[in-house]
Amino acid sequence: MKVMLPLIGVVGIIVIAIVGVELMGLHYLFGVIIPYAAFIVFVVGIVMKVLKWGKSAVPFCIPTTSGQQRSLPWIKQSRFDNPSNNFEVVVRMALEVFLFRSLFKNTRSTLKGDEGRIVHGSSKWLWIAGIAFHYSFLTVVLRHLRLFYEPVPSVLHLVESLDGFMQIGVPVLYMSGLVLLGAATYLFIRRVYIPQVRYITLPNDNFPLMLIIAIALTGILMRYIAKVDIISVKDLLVGLLTLKPAVSSGIGPIFYVHIFLVSVFLAYFPFSKLMHSAGVLLSPTRNMANNSRMIRHINPWNYPVKLHTYEEYEEDFRDKMIQAGIPVEKE
Amino acid sequence: MSDKGKAIFVLVIFLAVAAFPFLYNRAASSASPKIELNTPVIDAMRVKQCILPKEKMRHDHMQLLNRWRDEVVRDGQREFGEIDGVKYEKSLQKTCLHCHSNKAEFCDRCHTYASVSVYCWDCHLAPKENKP
Repeated sequence: MKVMLPLIGVVGIIVIAIVGVELMGLHYLFGVIIPYAAFIVFVVGIVMKVLKWGKSAVPFCIPTTSGQQRSLPWIKQSRFDNPSNNFEVVVRMALEVFLFRSLFKNTRSTLKGDEGRIVHGSSKWLWIAGIAFHYSFLTVVLRHLRLFYEPVPSVLHLVESLDGFMQIGVPVLYMSGLVLLGAATYLFIRRVYIPQVRYITLPNDNFPLMLIIAIALTGILMRYIAKVDIISVKDLLVGLLTLKPAVSSGIGPIFYVHIFLVSVFLAYFPFSKLMHSAGVLLSPTRNMANNSRMIRHINPWNYPVKLHTYEEYEEDFRDKMIQAGIPVEKE
Repeated sequence: MSDKGKAIFVLVIFLAVAAFPFLYNRAASSASPKIELNTPVIDAMRVKQCILPKEKMRHDHMQLLNRWRDEVVRDGQREFGEIDGVKYEKSLQKTCLHCHSNKAEFCDRCHTYASVSVYCWDCHLAPKENKP
């Protein structure tokens, strides 16, 4: 079920696109209406979700730390593992977002020897695959911008020439495409092959991976094997961005499969685990300074406590206290 | 306390990234480039045809040129074949550019539009064009 359900979903998406475009001729629906709708769902969905998170209470100061807290001057603080001010939080967050630092600290516990001694060893495979996946995905997205921007900004030429640096074949092989496909495949196989990971895997863990693998495969097919008319594709995409969409039927069906997969990806994004992209920045365990000994953190859930101070108490019973000979502060 | 400020920060960045392509393309015209086929040599042809059908050339011209390069440079096979009694050579400069002598209007228009950087001219001399 964990594999079959998302697999059926992805295959279904591909079949829908092929049937819709090839048999029913719905080029405008798949080329214009669905991409627009998906983009609106993507933007509005993310905005709504982030607003909801922004409104949520942060009751406690709960940064997860993994180093020495700021303490006495002669005790060395681990500044970026246990930040005590906003600057250190920003550095820690940047290391997390750009280098996946917490994943880098991933360990794996194994039993060694006859007596079954437990050993905690460093395990970098997930980190390597994760970082390769995310950065190749970024490169692929940047490369695609050449089909959206008119005129093409020159910085994109630089990305392309670096990505195709090896000049293998024609059209030039882009390394990012292969790395993306390889890393996504590794991340998927990991979920199937490692028993502990398979146990905690849900269909909605596999679906985005399969979707991305399908997107990468159709994209690679389109570039190197089943060619589409790239000029018509750019006409369509520039038309979408200038709000003057015009679709030509000359583009091959595989383009519509690709763009429908991407549309589903965008529309699915705000409701899925993919929201970790915004969520990482809004995680109280990561975006707070561990300064609860310096600054009081107010819990918004605290109800107003009814106080009756000693001064008020004395005010109420002063006469009786004086009669009974109990000392009072104010005569 | 809440993450209101951080949420607004995230949203501002996200919306700026999402809106940028639309703003950037405001002035863009989606008029696709038209390639210019009228050169003196083509105009003089009785039957206007390329060495391969138009669709085939449009999709595969880069692979054809790459294969030609390998065959000519590595194996010395220079002959492409004969079409209507005319022999054609596997040569970018002597065959392709003989007819399509207008690199700027023929090659570059689409390549610039689709941001394709070809490395033909790393070795080959770009043709000198007769500007009217």
